[in-house]
Amino acid sequence: MKKFDRLTAVAAPLMRANIDTDIVIPINRMVGNSIRGTLGKWAFSSLRYLPDGSDNPEFVLNRTPYRDAEILIVGPNFGCGSSREPAVWAIQERGIKAIVGSGFGDIFYNNCFQNGLLPVVLDPAVVQAIAEEVEQSQGTSHVSVDLEKCEVTTSSGKRYAFSLEPRRRTALIEGLDEIGATLKLDSEIRAFQARDREDRPWIYTSRANA
Amino acid sequence: MPQTMFAKLWNSHVVADLGDDTALLHVDRHILHDLGGSRALLDVKERGLKVHNPELTYATIDHTVTSAPGRQGTIPRGVELIHALRTETAAAGIRLFDIDQPGQGIVHVMGPELGITLPGVLLVCGDSHTCTHGGLGALAFGVGWSELNHVLATQTLIQRRPRTMRVRFEGISAPAVTPKDLILALIGMVGTDGGTGYAVEYAGGTIRDMAVEGRLTVCNLSVELGAKMGFTAPDEKTFAYLEGTACAPKGVSWLRAVEAWRQLPSDHDAVFDREVEIDVTKIAPQITWGTSPEHVIGIDGRIPDPAMIPNAERRQAVQLALNYMGLMPGEAIAGTPVDWVFIGSCTNSRLSDLRAAAEVVRGRKINPRVRAWVVPGSEIVKRDAVAEGLDQVFLNAGFEWREPGCSMCLASNGEQVPPGQRSVSTSNRNFVGRQGPRARTHLASPAMAAAAAITGTITDVRRLGTGK
Ligand code: SF4
Repeated sequence: MKKFDRLTAVAAPLMRANIDTDIVIPINRMVGNSIRGTLGKWAFSSLRYLPDGSDNPEFVLNRTPYRDAEILIVGPNFGCGSSREPAVWAIQERGIKAIVGSGFGDIFYNNCFQNGLLPVVLDPAVVQAIAEEVEQSQGTSHVSVDLEKCEVTTSSGKRYAFSLEPRRRTALIEGLDEIGATLKLDSEIRAFQARDREDRPWIYTSRANA
Repeated sequence: MPQTMFAKLWNSHVVADLGDDTALLHVDRHILHDLGGSRALLDVKERGLKVHNPELTYATIDHTVTSAPGRQGTIPRGVELIHALRTETAAAGIRLFDIDQPGQGIVHVMGPELGITLPGVLLVCGDSHTCTHGGLGALAFGVGWSELNHVLATQTLIQRRPRTMRVRFEGISAPAVTPKDLILALIGMVGTDGGTGYAVEYAGGTIRDMAVEGRLTVCNLSVELGAKMGFTAPDEKTFAYLEGTACAPKGVSWLRAVEAWRQLPSDHDAVFDREVEIDVTKIAPQITWGTSPEHVIGIDGRIPDPAMIPNAERRQAVQLALNYMGLMPGEAIAGTPVDWVFIGSCTNSRLSDLRAAAEVVRGRKINPRVRAWVVPGSEIVKRDAVAEGLDQVFLNAGFEWREPGCSMCLASNGEQVPPGQRSVSTSNRNFVGRQGPRARTHLASPAMAAAAAITGTITDVRRLGTGK
């Protein structure tokens, strides 16, 4: 997993509400077992390309300097809809490392942490203010995200604190392997199952019927 | 202290408390499908790990297989994924319900129908509509692909505890108002992020009176409300639905299980973080007009006019949606011409859904400019429907009767609504490009979709009435 600590970069505002993961990566680009590394080009396809396949000049990531953005500033409920993890991969493969928004789809939010993409949740008014500052500077105003301090700062010097559960923060900073960590608890998992077999035997015997 | 059903479900699965309101939870049931299943099994193998409990894991094929009669013409990548799923499930000792076998079907149709899903289980699947299974009283939710690997390797999942929300539906709904309409109306009221961060319990008299398949439909759209998990309390109807299904417990084990399931409903005085109450008597059959499930109105309603919306962002969002959908502000939604009708998906492809649609279609013909598909949710639904002659009702009317799977709900098998064409669909997402690039989707109930197929326009099924 990619690690994250701090980042100062071009930030691209994409403030439309309810950008679902079907918009982030269309289904036809993610059918198959070896899609990793092929997705960056298809991130936000329906917004990014015109029907003839050429770049949509109005889409933020097609404009300079936002082309080089490593941070996205997003509208409410970003990443709602489908559980597809390739949505996170596509965003990362497009070069984005952090997303600042007022709220994210639950499953997308979890998927971000699994891959070292940092979703920052701030008050809607704050997100709006950051987007406006960036827009007024035509994107030249950079944004910093500091995970050690749990703080977002803008070029004008405004500071906004965000909160994140310590275990998620540590996992991002250290690039933790969740499966490895859980398998260290395997004796507890097996003890749970042994007890549970007594309490709810039907959970463990269904397969015999099928 | 009185407990919510959610607390009972959650607490009984905690293997370890990890702090920060986060727990390591035991996963009782895990269902794999062709879109992500083989990749997950290969990932686990590549890491040198074993599937922790293959006997608690099931698999089926739904997303990429063609729904064409005779199953000819699955896209090449689908063929590869299906082949890989067969190989990898066999190697891991996982029961696969394969194409043309009873049991194959859309994950969220076959799980409940086989009794893989049971009240009180914690069930996951790499698919956001896993919340559907909550209609049997399970704690069920969709997980991402990394989480899926974690489940395979450890039979557990790390989750942060959500807050609780109860939605009480009260009253008797008007004729032609179905469970789909009730849940769409709720989403219209609270928005697609109204349930974000919550586990939602659907309760109230309307839910108590509702048949099990209707509850599955209601729970299916939880994720369109932003809620990863949605469920209803199990009751006698739930037990009757499950008794005798292939994977449900039998004999003494069944009696013991039912005894335990009776303890699951929320205690009388349980407290929820958020409560919503809905009077269903005021709800008309629903239809979406835009590109989010919250863009929904009653069939007698008018398409919203952005000029009337004071909030600039909302105004722009509505305008963008109308541009995509090719609709005129302020006009009545009824009468809009339709090119496609899709009856299927994990929302509305069960026997009761097909019966409701067939009732409208019987003895009628579809409008010749419409292409209309019925895709049953599972092999068992298909066989039951054929036994009742429903396939003939649809075929006689000019519908295409297809093989079970996800099909045009997501178009991941290549079955698409062509660009710019308009579809009335019984599925759950009207997102931009969901049914194919530039396809325009209107979500509605099976009866409403059937009515649109007959008239060739978006139609109030109450005006059309049932067929002969
Ligand atoms: S029917 Fe549609 S929503 Fe349901 S599982 Fe299949 S693709 Fe997903």
